[in-house]
This record gives sequence, structure tokens and C-alpha cells, in this order.
Amino acid sequence: MSAEAIVEVKKIGKIYDGGVEALKDANLELPRGRLSTLLGPSGCGKTTLLKIIAGLIPPSSGEVWVKGKKVDGPGPERAFVFQDFALLPWANVLRNVAFGLELRGTPQEQRFEIARKHIAEVGLSNFESSYPHQLSGGMRQRVGLARALAVDADIILMDEPFSSVDEQTRRKFQEELLELLRHKQKTVIFVTHSIEEAAYLSAQIVLLSPRPGTVSKIIHPNIDRGARDPDEIRRDKNYLDVVEEIWQILKQYV
Amino acid sequence: MEQKSRIVSPVVWQLLSFALVFGLWEVAGRWPISFAFPPFSKTFMALLRMIADGSLPKAYLSTLQPLVIGIVLCSIAGIGFGIGMGLSRAVEWFSLPIFIVLQAAPMAAIIPLLTYMYGIGLTSKVLAVVILAAPVIVMNSYKGIRNTNPSLIQMCRAFLGTRRQEVIKIILPHAAALIFAGLRLGLAMGFIGIVIAELLITPTGIGDLITYHSSVADYPEMFAAIASIIVLAALAIHALERLERRLFPPEIRGLEDVR
Repeated sequence: MSAEAIVEVKKIGKIYDGGVEALKDANLELPRGRLSTLLGPSGCGKTTLLKIIAGLIPPSSGEVWVKGKKVDGPGPERAFVFQDFALLPWANVLRNVAFGLELRGTPQEQRFEIARKHIAEVGLSNFESSYPHQLSGGMRQRVGLARALAVDADIILMDEPFSSVDEQTRRKFQEELLELLRHKQKTVIFVTHSIEEAAYLSAQIVLLSPRPGTVSKIIHPNIDRGARDPDEIRRDKNYLDVVEEIWQILKQYV
Repeated sequence: MEQKSRIVSPVVWQLLSFALVFGLWEVAGRWPISFAFPPFSKTFMALLRMIADGSLPKAYLSTLQPLVIGIVLCSIAGIGFGIGMGLSRAVEWFSLPIFIVLQAAPMAAIIPLLTYMYGIGLTSKVLAVVILAAPVIVMNSYKGIRNTNPSLIQMCRAFLGTRRQEVIKIILPHAAALIFAGLRLGLAMGFIGIVIAELLITPTGIGDLITYHSSVADYPEMFAAIASIIVLAALAIHALERLERRLFPPEIRGLEDVR
């Protein structure tokens, strides 16, 4: 892993108001242009860590640096994909995807043009004027992803984006996500509790221990993804070894 | 086939239900249960007479004036205040207890006090409408603001929305449906307020019509006046409810996101 770090997490700790210690001394470097996964059991603070990187939650101690600058709030170089989609129910797909640009004051014609491009990328071209309630969970999350892509951030933060999506859709979505990212120089930080998902998607897997969450191990799966059939990857020996390795570590926490 | 029967049957059932109620009323009136309880047919004829001789329209002209003024006042000030309470902790801290008390208190008890302070004019009647309608309008606006899906607010912040954009693009559209529902409930309370005011404070309008006909034992006329205000209130609120469903269909209200 020779890529330089685009996100540096330095001694991050988080204690919530009620006194719950969610994170303790988390240290981490996330390489530019790669997909890194934060993986761990429920309540290990992985979503908290992601939201701290996003600047949505202030840490209790420690610092996050993104592209050489200290984080003190959300920034244009980071875009977020929410677990519950967070789409405006009263706005159609086009406006939802363009919403990040709308907030930045991009003129309507221009932002709709950009939004249409990304709607096409996630395969929803025929649904531009549909409302979120008319879409399935998987389609809603595509809208969420398109919205994040539309603001052209370097870093995309994804908080368990496929957790409320059924298994078939989830697999399809994972494959498409890899395909989509292959052509873009995006850094993705992905929170999941699925070992298979982490092993399938990531260049780097960060294992977090349960509360208070701290980085217990970093794994770099050496899986050749270049132009291979997704099912072939799922039968790859390295892939299976990584899944097994992670399971052996996580088993202790269950 | 099935769809057709679905369209037809509610109307049929509604008509049947009306027929049943009016039929029972007719029977009860002819029995008679009480000398002061006229059958439906006589009441209906009395209603037509009162419309024809102009006494009913004239009464409504004077009843609706304070009602409309009161509701408009509540809509502007009440919604504004509720939104203020929802957005600002300071305003909330200061005024939430007042409105909780106002909402729980039997406001009719305060109406004689209004007469004492403002006499028997239009002011008192408008105030009677306002004190009954305002709490529910304010509280609904407040809850509408407070119930905004926190995830949407976080989304707005993550995509660099300012506080102003957060209020205009997320919080207010999200609250609009509840605010409108508050207006509808406020109108229902306003009808109660105006009738109480006309019965207790100033014998004018529809309240006067009820009092007068009851005092001279014109029971069909009295019942017609009472029935007319009930029907009017029901129709007005039903119309608002339909408008509400049209403006804010449940799917796009954002209610599904409130857990």
C-alpha cells in the first residue's frame, strides 16, 4: 500500500453526553483513491468515527486531518451517503440528487445537468421525476450515492449504505459500486458490519474492537479485482482467507 | 370491477348513514321524546324559512366576521410563534409552559373575563376565537418544527447547508403538513369559540338566533340554527382536510421518515 494518506485520524476519542465512551485513541490513515472499510461489531463506534471524519460530530479528543487540513466541520472535499438514505420525501429524484449543488448555489440548469449525468451512472435515468416513496430501498440508496457523486468530492463517506437493502440487491450494488469507482479517483470510506462485504469491496479493512472502539487490526486484502467476474472474486482463495482471518478476530468480540 | 365498487360504495354508505340518522331523528321527533324536540322534517322546513326570510344569512354575516378575523390572526401570529418556539430554545423555554397550560385549560371559563375586560363588542368575540384556536395552532407548528427528521438535518449540514438553508429547505417544508393540520384543528376550535362567545357574551349572529328562538319556544327554528352551524363547521373542516391531503399527500409529507 504505497498510496499517500488523504485522511489521517489521530488519537480520536469520543465520549457521549451520557458518559458512554464510544471511541478511544483511534489512530488511522486512509489511502487516497482506495476504498477502506471500517468493520466491527455493533456498537464499536464505527459510525461515530465516520461521522467524526465527516465533521458531523465533534470528537472529544484527538484530531482528524483531511488533505493536510484539520477538520472542524463538513467540507466540500467530503460527501456522505446515509444509512437511512436521508432523501427529501417531497422532492423528486432529480432535485434530491442535485440537492448538494442546490445548497452550494449552483444555478438550476447547471446542477440538473450534472445530476442527470450521475442519475444515469447509477442506472436511474427513467426515474428522474419519481419521488423517494415510489422507489425501492436499493433505488433510494442509488439516489443517495448519486447525490454524493454529484458534488464531486474527493472522499465519499458511506455509512452502512446497503444495510437496509435485501441481499440480492446488495450484491448487485456492491459490484456496481466497484465498477463505478474503478474509473474515478475517489477515496471511499465505508462502514459495514458485514465481513463478506468488507472483504469483497476493500483495499484496506480497519477492524475496530467493541466499546470503547479502537483500531484493533488493519488488513490489506490482496485480491486481484482487475476485470474479473464478481463471482470469481467470491471464490478467490485470497478472498476466502481474508473472510476467515477477519472472522477469527471478530469472533473474540461476539 | 373491484375498483368500481370501491368508488361507488363509500358514497352509498355515506348516504345511507345520513338517511338513517335523519330517519331516526324524524321518528324520535314524532314520537315525541320531548315537546322541545322537533322532527327532522319540521326542522328542515324551519331552516328553509330562515334562509328565505334572510335571518340566517344575516346572522352568519355577523358570526363569520369575528371568526375569520380571529383565525387569520392566529394563522399569522400563531404559526409565527410556533415556528419561533421550534427554532429557538430561548423562545421555547419562555413560552412552551404558557401554551401547554393554555391548551389544557378549559378556555370557556375565561370568556366571561373577556366581557369584563373588553365589553361586548367585536374585540371580545375575536379574542374568544383566538384564545381557543391559538394554542392548538401554536403547538402544532412547534411540534412540526421539532419533529424534523434529524437525519435530513444532518444531511443538509454534510452537504454544507447553512442554518438558513436548513430552515428554509428542510425544516419548514417538513413541518408544513403538521402546521396545516394545526390550522384545521384551530378552525374547529374557532367555531366552538365563536358560538360560546355569542351565547355568553353578545347575543348576536347565530348565537342570538339560537337563544331567541329557544326563548320564544320556536324549537324547529332553534334546532335549525344549531344544525346549520354544525353542518357549516363540519363542511369547512372537511374542505380544509381535503385541501390538506391535496397539498401534502401522506407519501411526500416525510411522515414515513419520522420514527
